[in-house]
Amino acid sequence: MSTPLIETRNLKKYFDTLEGKLHAVDNVSFIINKGKTLGVVGESGCGKSTLGRTVLRLLEPTDGEILFRGENILGYGTTQMRNMRKKMQIIFQDPYSSLNPRLTVSEIIAEPIKVNKTITDKIEMENKVNEIMEVVGLSSRLVNAYPHELDGGRRQRIGIARAIILEPEFIVCDEPVSALDVSIQAQILNLMMALQDEKAFSYMFITHDLSVVKHISDEILVMYIGQSIEKATSEELFKNPLHPYTQALLDAILEPNLSGRYKEKKVIKGEVTNPINPTPGCRFAPRCPFVKDACTGRDLELKEISPNHFVACTLFD
Amino acid sequence: MAGKLLEINNLNVTYETDEAVVYAINGLNLTIHKGETLGLVGETGAGKTTTALSIMKLLPNKVGVIKDGEIILDGIDIINSAEQDMRKIRGNTVSMIFQDPMTSLNPILTIGDQIAEVLELHRKDMKRDEISKRVDEILKMVGLPPTRKNEYPHQFSGGMRQRVVIAMALVCEPKLLLADEPTTALDVTIQTQVLELMKGLKAKLNTAMLLITHDLGVVADICDRVAIMYAGKIIEMGAIEDIFEGKEHHPYTEGLFGSIPDLKKEARRLNPIEGLMPDPTNLPSGCHFHVRCKKCMDKCKLEEPVINSINLDNTHIIKCHLYNDIHR
Repeated sequence: MSTPLIETRNLKKYFDTLEGKLHAVDNVSFIINKGKTLGVVGESGCGKSTLGRTVLRLLEPTDGEILFRGENILGYGTTQMRNMRKKMQIIFQDPYSSLNPRLTVSEIIAEPIKVNKTITDKIEMENKVNEIMEVVGLSSRLVNAYPHELDGGRRQRIGIARAIILEPEFIVCDEPVSALDVSIQAQILNLMMALQDEKAFSYMFITHDLSVVKHISDEILVMYIGQSIEKATSEELFKNPLHPYTQALLDAILEPNLSGRYKEKKVIKGEVTNPINPTPGCRFAPRCPFVKDACTGRDLELKEISPNHFVACTLFD
Repeated sequence: MAGKLLEINNLNVTYETDEAVVYAINGLNLTIHKGETLGLVGETGAGKTTTALSIMKLLPNKVGVIKDGEIILDGIDIINSAEQDMRKIRGNTVSMIFQDPMTSLNPILTIGDQIAEVLELHRKDMKRDEISKRVDEILKMVGLPPTRKNEYPHQFSGGMRQRVVIAMALVCEPKLLLADEPTTALDVTIQTQVLELMKGLKAKLNTAMLLITHDLGVVADICDRVAIMYAGKIIEMGAIEDIFEGKEHHPYTEGLFGSIPDLKKEARRLNPIEGLMPDPTNLPSGCHFHVRCKKCMDKCKLEEPVINSINLDNTHIIKCHLYNDIHR
């Protein structure tokens, strides 16, 4: 098996707050191979966005390792890291706040080239921008338009164009379609999948929308208050969810048909608890219908229960 | 079927600014019966929120104009009602839940005070201790501990804040609840809690609801009837079975269903609707959807479609030239 493109080992990101240490990402390990998509799902506060930014060192990890093609990038200095950034990019969630309102479409897309000085000839740069605009489905007449003149779908295409112009290998996609209408979401997802087919991008696709994640991911990592609680291929996770939280998430999906309408819903009580100074143990325990003593006291690790299906739960000890 | 609670006939609403006139609602016809939940589905810019604001007569002053039509709520002519009469109706006969629970609560009042405020305005007959008791009652009904009524909104999570908003909307037992994307900002497991709550309250209080959403899963779960809106008008409307199990649909409705990733199907590519919602300052001629329609015919570019009834009981209607000759 060749070296994975991206690997994290026991990655941690904690924040200092007035009330104590906030465990945003706690001991997360995963692998993403070339041309593949890892979906990261979980609800608000599970740490998925923080994970995405930490992997790119937009936030400095508290502990653990991040390997790009087998090399630990945590040792890299500023220049080396800037060089790495050509290969590791990000698409943000909000197409309204992630674009500089004072730059035109072409200026925004050209910015990565200018910053990294990968092309210095003006005409060549213009051609590259036009080429990428066509690839993402932005009309050339928008070259001098400003973001505020465009709708969410077009703005997100600008975000995608900006992320791919340096031909990266790995892209963190932080809820890239959540802010868009359903029919525009579909257009953007199709675009992202076509780009992946053509250019072999690896994606870390962060979302809370389970139907979207199933569609685009090869493997899925489920997070809950900073901890990884289950990891499996997309198909396996939906067919056979093991962790009670994963089951609750899948149960909560409302499909656009009448099959679930008269079924009794399993409502999990309670709210997502505080990640500040958490006590050792499974953080889902307070809400879990199957909780037992073994669930608290020590942090659980992901264990392989069946080929390539991992879960962190005492039900499988 | 239960009697009519809300009737909207030929509503036309514009937003008028110095630069342009936005044709937000263009000939809207809608009925909601007592105790019924009507889903109003459509994408951004279709005019759904404008519809709700028109019913509440909360359109922005001077900019939002009701140009034509009538809105009859529980026998009251809303459009010709004076502001002082509307104040008695809002929160009492009809209530609204806005989309974002983070921003629709007053940050400097306790949640108990905010719920009490609704009672103080509409139930002048109630004494202080009666109001306090009623606040406790409604908090329990929405699953919040009355012991927390002296806390402030920021001390609660999104799901809990939405419950406070629901409590405020229902405390006077309105006949109609307008819910504008009530669960969009919430996590999916919290959404389940809130929708189950709303279903329970609907059954208990027989409240009718206009549920505005773009989420067809939510519609399938809680609505009795569905209206699909595009460029300011209803282009398809029917009972829940007509919309989810019927064979005939407006091409836009088909497009909406086709855009959603289906958990059961293995399709590699989704089927989005090409193009975008039309510019409401410059709507296309004929059928407003014709530019994006895969089944567009010449007639569609010139003539606006009439409402065609798909079944004998007239429960399922589609505004599309494809169904002009349908005979059942």
